[in-house]
Amino acid sequence: MTSSGISDGADIQITVKLFATFRVGRFAETTRSYPPGTRITDIINELRIPEKEIGMIMLNSRHAEPDQELSNGDNLALFPLVGGG
Amino acid sequence: MSEKILRINMTNLSCAVEAVPAEWQGLGGRGLTSAIVSKEVPPTCHPLGKHNKLVFAPGLLAGSPAAQSGRLSAGAKSPLTGTIKESNAGGTAAQNLAKLRIKALIIEGAPVDDSKFYGIRINKDGTRIVEEKELVGKRNYEVIKTLMASIGQKVGVLTIGPVGEMRMVAANISVRDPDGNIRSHGRGGLGAVMGSKKVKYITIDDSGGPGVEIVEPERFKAAARAFAKAILEHPVSGEGLPTYGTNVLVNVLNEAGGLPTRNFRYGQFEGHDKISGETMRETIIARGGKPKHGCHAGCIIQCSQVYCDEEGEYVTSGFEYETIWGIGANCCIEDLDVIARADRIMDDIGIDSIESAVIMGVAMEAGIIPFGDGPGVLRLLEEIGQGTPLGRVLGNGAAFVGKAYGLTRVPVVKGQGIPAYDPRSVKGIGVTYATSTQGADHTMGYAVATNILQVGGFVDPLKNKGQVELSRNLQIATAAIDTTGLCLFVAFPALDIPETLTAIVDMLNAKYWIKLTGNDVTALGKSVLKTEHAFNLAAGFTKADDRLPEFFDEEPCPPHNVTWTMKGEEIDEFWNF
Repeated sequence: MTSSGISDGADIQITVKLFATFRVGRFAETTRSYPPGTRITDIINELRIPEKEIGMIMLNSRHAEPDQELSNGDNLALFPLVGGG
Repeated sequence: MSEKILRINMTNLSCAVEAVPAEWQGLGGRGLTSAIVSKEVPPTCHPLGKHNKLVFAPGLLAGSPAAQSGRLSAGAKSPLTGTIKESNAGGTAAQNLAKLRIKALIIEGAPVDDSKFYGIRINKDGTRIVEEKELVGKRNYEVIKTLMASIGQKVGVLTIGPVGEMRMVAANISVRDPDGNIRSHGRGGLGAVMGSKKVKYITIDDSGGPGVEIVEPERFKAAARAFAKAILEHPVSGEGLPTYGTNVLVNVLNEAGGLPTRNFRYGQFEGHDKISGETMRETIIARGGKPKHGCHAGCIIQCSQVYCDEEGEYVTSGFEYETIWGIGANCCIEDLDVIARADRIMDDIGIDSIESAVIMGVAMEAGIIPFGDGPGVLRLLEEIGQGTPLGRVLGNGAAFVGKAYGLTRVPVVKGQGIPAYDPRSVKGIGVTYATSTQGADHTMGYAVATNILQVGGFVDPLKNKGQVELSRNLQIATAAIDTTGLCLFVAFPALDIPETLTAIVDMLNAKYWIKLTGNDVTALGKSVLKTEHAFNLAAGFTKADDRLPEFFDEEPCPPHNVTWTMKGEEIDEFWNF
């Protein structure tokens, strides 16, 4: 993900965690490099997760919106809509 | 043949069939148990004495073809909390009672000679109270198996294990599920109330019974279809719950920093993934268990499951998030097999799995066994089942254990253990714990949905703003759902898909030939809460009891490092409706 050419700084490291059905055919957790300016929605698109399937986005253990820009060392967790109790 | 009230007097071992008074006709489930307890039980009575009453009531839709309508409510004054109590469970008994047109079963009094136990046997011809010898002291799986063999494979069974017989106040009441396994009226120690009445079991055989009456069957069918459609369309009830069960929440709450760990010290557990819903599903499938399973006929959500050991032998079912959190993260145990064994023992001896999980956390805090000691937990549960002196201290609840060992980090409200969501980092559920009419209970107003899961909107879990209103609205809606006898998980589609509530109202109208509106349902929920609250006030509770334990105010919970900051007067606004 370093080939977009928009970056004028060093790449950022993002840990991406997937849960429930999002893990199927993907992964549970991985740390990858992304260009500065990467937003949450870019990662969702990269993983080919349809946006309507997203139930919850947590960035560093807080709820976040897809257009949020990421910073180096961020911890991103993506969940489908789930519940229990 | 109209619906009736069946009243059983254990003082003189008699029973009576009564007409349903007008004031109770529009009620069922929790609405009815709370109305009966509030009218007939003196609020200041001893919960294990002859003046308390144990009431069972199927919901308004029980026994009908409506999906998710098989919940049974049990109510009494709770010996654990001293408040009014309603605890509902799946299994077959609600449908069995409804098919015999028994709207409520009231068990009152207590035998003067307390050396004997009894069984209550109900069928279409009437009710018999028989002295029981063989099953006394036996555990629930054996009791259910024996009664099925002697009465019939489809008989409804309500039973207590040795913990209930010994009247320990964390005792539950077990209900036979469609496969002969166990569901539980878990919270509030109702098993001890049943034990105090000297009732070991109740069987309900509905064969040859009149069945359930539906006044407008065609209209009912259309509404039931729309209701089922909404349930299956919503991602939580249609996909998430059937796939991973409620245990999908381990990873969710861990990520949100709200998974109480090491007796509520931290909000995250290092071993979370090993006990998660994702791992559990893989394990169940690899061992030939069932990843989905319904707790009653007509359940289309199927959040239960059958968990097997490495040899593929049945261990437990109805293996819930709260149990797995509690024996898992709360006790720092990361072995799902040990947690499953614990769940099996708890069902078998008849003790609430949430209270037990909180008990074990406090027992570890006390140094009885170290954190992380799985075999130690199994050993302590056996001590409870055997009624050893230590077992009796433990079996009387987390608050009792905390007192016995002089501890302050004792997570209870009104004497009842706080379940699987830290109130410091999920503040809406903290309001529910504080204000619920029944002590700490997440199911009374599940603010986790809106605080964490973003179902029904979003209210920031770390801020106080909006939490009281959220909890109030949810508690009102829950009291109404608990009255219908529908599984609470219908709230997930109801919060997001407006047709769900319309369909529920239509089903009620078609079944009873009445003209309810959505507003009536809200009014019903409010009235149930106010009835319960009035009972508690008369029992001596005040708003000073609507508070969380002090340590939540003072100890920050990582990773958010937040404390509980809601002021008393803010919490007290809850009752302003």
